[in-house]
Amino acid sequence: MSSRNSWLSLALMAAAIALVAFYAPEDANQGLSQKIFYFHVPIALTAYACFGWGAWKALRYLWRREEHYDLESYVAIHLGVIFGAMTLLTGSIWAKISWGVWWTWSSNQLVLFLVLFLFYSTYFMLRFSVEDGPMRANLSAVYALFGVVLIPISFLAIRLANDFIHPTVFTSAGPQMSGSMFATFCVCLAAFLALAASFYGIELAGKRLDAKLRELRELLSP
Amino acid sequence: MNYAGDVAALLRKDLLLELRAKETLPAMAIFVLAALTVFHFALPSGSSDLAADGLLWIAILFTALLGLSRAFVAEREQGVLDGLVMSPCDRSAIWLAKSLSALTFLVLVEAIALPAFSVFFAPVSLTTVAAVALADVGLCTVGTLLAAMAVASRTRELLLPLLFLPLALPIVVGGVGASVTANGGRYLGFLLVYDLVFAIICWASFEYVVAE
Repeated sequence: MSSRNSWLSLALMAAAIALVAFYAPEDANQGLSQKIFYFHVPIALTAYACFGWGAWKALRYLWRREEHYDLESYVAIHLGVIFGAMTLLTGSIWAKISWGVWWTWSSNQLVLFLVLFLFYSTYFMLRFSVEDGPMRANLSAVYALFGVVLIPISFLAIRLANDFIHPTVFTSAGPQMSGSMFATFCVCLAAFLALAASFYGIELAGKRLDAKLRELRELLSP
Repeated sequence: MNYAGDVAALLRKDLLLELRAKETLPAMAIFVLAALTVFHFALPSGSSDLAADGLLWIAILFTALLGLSRAFVAEREQGVLDGLVMSPCDRSAIWLAKSLSALTFLVLVEAIALPAFSVFFAPVSLTTVAAVALADVGLCTVGTLLAAMAVASRTRELLLPLLFLPLALPIVVGGVGASVTANGGRYLGFLLVYDLVFAIICWASFEYVVAE
């Protein structure tokens, strides 16, 4: 199962890189540097998908009280943080090339990801400072649910803050995408989602093996 | 006892405890005055009043944080929380009562802090007062739930600011927006939405934070 996923994501990723390099036209205004868009935006959307998936599993946990949902929620959020960090990194590189600065507060998405990165980093602080057990699962699940509520509210807040901090001058990637650009973008998005899904499968399998091994060790040790 | 009776009894317990021990409230009051004093030296001459308005929100945020970090300490140390969880009352009543007591402390401290701010820095507008009132509700409802989370962890007080700041960021945006822009109405509306949304989530999820 997970190896088939891995092959699928590998094939999609290769196709995505090939399309970005050879098929998608160069942007008229930004030139070659615009191509980072095909990685930056799908990575960001994948991070949202991971956070959403983690929250969904958290809700399932609170509802059904089955332990495996807790592990699944944790793995999804863990991946979300990794993709979130990659979003910040690629966004920062793009900002440097387009606007000459490593960081800009006028890109709402970038600021939102900084807030989310801080929020979800604390998820780990919380999780690892509570004893393993139902209490830890409960706290993690409630915190994960807070996250998906925080995303739209923070986004709104950051939009509102632009009015008194400074007006938005830059818009990242205009909405006018040509057909070939959009097709490339879709393949890239599929590739990153597949990559996240196969990471998810692999890490989950690893964590389950770990737990199983620990159980067996406990049985063997006198 | 009914729900309102439970909340009233729990709230009475918290207020009575504070009246006798006098721990949290004086600490918060001294802290906010000290913070405003420090802010004077953080603002170089020529800074506009708008910068001071922004700092007022930082003062409120950290004062609330100071009070909230103590919110469940007594319960945890004496094992009261376990007793409350086992008692035949709705768990969300514990959250509501604790939020109300935190709100009472915060409002009392602000009754000192806002006049002090207007004397030290710049007059406080009516919109700002309305924004402070709305922000207090959000700070106390969310903060109480997070404080309950923090006392369940090994790191305790260390964890609360980390949990609290990203969630309090929209409150700061709403508050500063209401203070510094000419048309503060939309920011008040935003604060109200924040309060409602998070009050509902906290009310519904508190049970999972205190009980296994």
